[in-house]
Amino acid sequence: MTWLRADQLVVAIPGQTPCSEHALTIDFKPGEVWGVLGPNGVGKTTLLHTLASLTTPAMGQVMLDDTPLKDLHRTHIAQQVGVMFQAHQDGFPATVFETALLGRFPHLSPWDMESEQDLALAEQALAQLDLTSLVQRSLSTLSGGERQRAALATLLTQQPEIWLVDEPTNHLDLHHQVAVMALLKEQALRQKTVIMSLHDVNLAAQWCSHVLLLYPDRAPIWGRAETLLTQEYLEPLYRQSLAVTEVNQRPVFVPVAQVYKSID
Amino acid sequence: MLDVRSKARVTRRAIFLPIALLVLLAVLSMVLSVTQGSVALSPSAVWQALQGQGSILNQTVVMELRLPRVLSAFATGGLLALAGALMQILLRNPLADPYVLGISGGASVAALAAILLGLTGLLMSGMAFIGAALSTLLVFGLAGQLSHNSTLRLLLTGVVIAAGWGALITLILALAPPDKLPGMLYWLMGDLAYAHTPWLAWLVLVPVTVLLVPLGRSLNLLARGPMQAAALGVNVKGLERLVFIVASLLTAVAVTTAGSVGFVGLVVPHMLRLVLGNDQRLILPASALAGGCLVTLADTLARTVIAPEQLPVGVITALLGVPTFLYLLQRGRV
Repeated sequence: MTWLRADQLVVAIPGQTPCSEHALTIDFKPGEVWGVLGPNGVGKTTLLHTLASLTTPAMGQVMLDDTPLKDLHRTHIAQQVGVMFQAHQDGFPATVFETALLGRFPHLSPWDMESEQDLALAEQALAQLDLTSLVQRSLSTLSGGERQRAALATLLTQQPEIWLVDEPTNHLDLHHQVAVMALLKEQALRQKTVIMSLHDVNLAAQWCSHVLLLYPDRAPIWGRAETLLTQEYLEPLYRQSLAVTEVNQRPVFVPVAQVYKSID
Repeated sequence: MLDVRSKARVTRRAIFLPIALLVLLAVLSMVLSVTQGSVALSPSAVWQALQGQGSILNQTVVMELRLPRVLSAFATGGLLALAGALMQILLRNPLADPYVLGISGGASVAALAAILLGLTGLLMSGMAFIGAALSTLLVFGLAGQLSHNSTLRLLLTGVVIAAGWGALITLILALAPPDKLPGMLYWLMGDLAYAHTPWLAWLVLVPVTVLLVPLGRSLNLLARGPMQAAALGVNVKGLERLVFIVASLLTAVAVTTAGSVGFVGLVVPHMLRLVLGNDQRLILPASALAGGCLVTLADTLARTVIAPEQLPVGVITALLGVPTFLYLLQRGRV
């Protein structure tokens, strides 16, 4: 079991002075699905990158099983922690299959060739994401949603203990949104930890066990989703009036065209 | 599913076969090149000369003229193709090439300055290395933050830097004493006629090629973008620095061996990628071998096409390279 812990963590956002009162001290435990919510530019992506040790925090540290990330070798981190990025970088042309197979990298030593087992893992991941018919296609010829799924396939092939996923449902049609969220939930059922940034509060309400609300102007709050996903906490988060209803015993929030007035 | 696996090209066998084929091709091209020239020799006459038998004239032609030149040609091609393949990974752009980006220019200026100062051998190579490294740093610094529109920016930076080196070259030529001019001009044309010592080039080429193979998978990841590579466990900064130093070193050694021979680093990796895919464990050693073959054959052509007169090999590679470059740009594969 791998635990990820944010310890007095303040992420470094360019052009902002870090504030120790906004520090995060959170245990991300196996089996939990975390949704990171907040308005644009509040640092959701930076937080995920910091949790993966891709960005240095402004204050505090991230611990993986009681060892600070900065003391761990990058390969060791990559064996435990996987990241899916929001913006996909355009490097050299590559096929969907090659992209999925990249996930095996941290598990192989330099002289190793990918084994039959590695290839099988990549194939399974692609099948799970409905990409089997596209395996030989070049990544650059895919639609946004297909690329998003190919990136998730890489993560699935990597088989990390901690899943850091930036906007997993970006570009996805409704069916694939549900499929992807179900896939992430399934990882949590297998005692992995899933931490994802989300724009859609309703996805968080439906799929997340815990949420972290990042406010632009005050200290963040975190906890169980059913406690925090209320108008009381969400309206100041987005500075937006919300109406709430219920579907399948889960809250559904709808923005309403009414001027939001801050209470404070 | 089987065809998927074979096309993914990740088995040892899939790497071994093309390499074995290219080694065979390399040997054949070198043999052909040694036999051709103003005096054509049969392979058996060459074999005798190599063993110290046969006529004295044949022995001199083979051992002192052709063999060093052929070995130099091969090593130069290998170095340049490898440098090109590495720069393409570093800049994530298939148009990167030591010549196009002005890296060879920087090495040439430094080498000319070395001649002017009367330096030779390793000192001259060292100067060329500094020139190449400086050029690469400039290209990196100016076009470094590669995001969108990176191709345009990269090429413009390279063109401007190459033009800057060009001006410095003209300046050095204008200042140089007349007795040093012919020796200097050969750097600029990319000519193997003065290449008598292939050993330094081979001493760099062979170990670097072999040592790059275990880095191949990291380089595959780097080619996909630094963030993705870091997320999967690559020490991106360290790897980029290493690739940068190695690419500069390869270019510098190639320039000290044969002057500035253009477009090999562009043409060879591109052609190989079309056929072999883009796994660096295969592409890097294949580039070294195929680049060697290309320059060996180009130099053979340069020596024979208007024999007994000789062309600088850079003319031939540029005639091949310019259309390839324009084609690549046109197809938008960048």
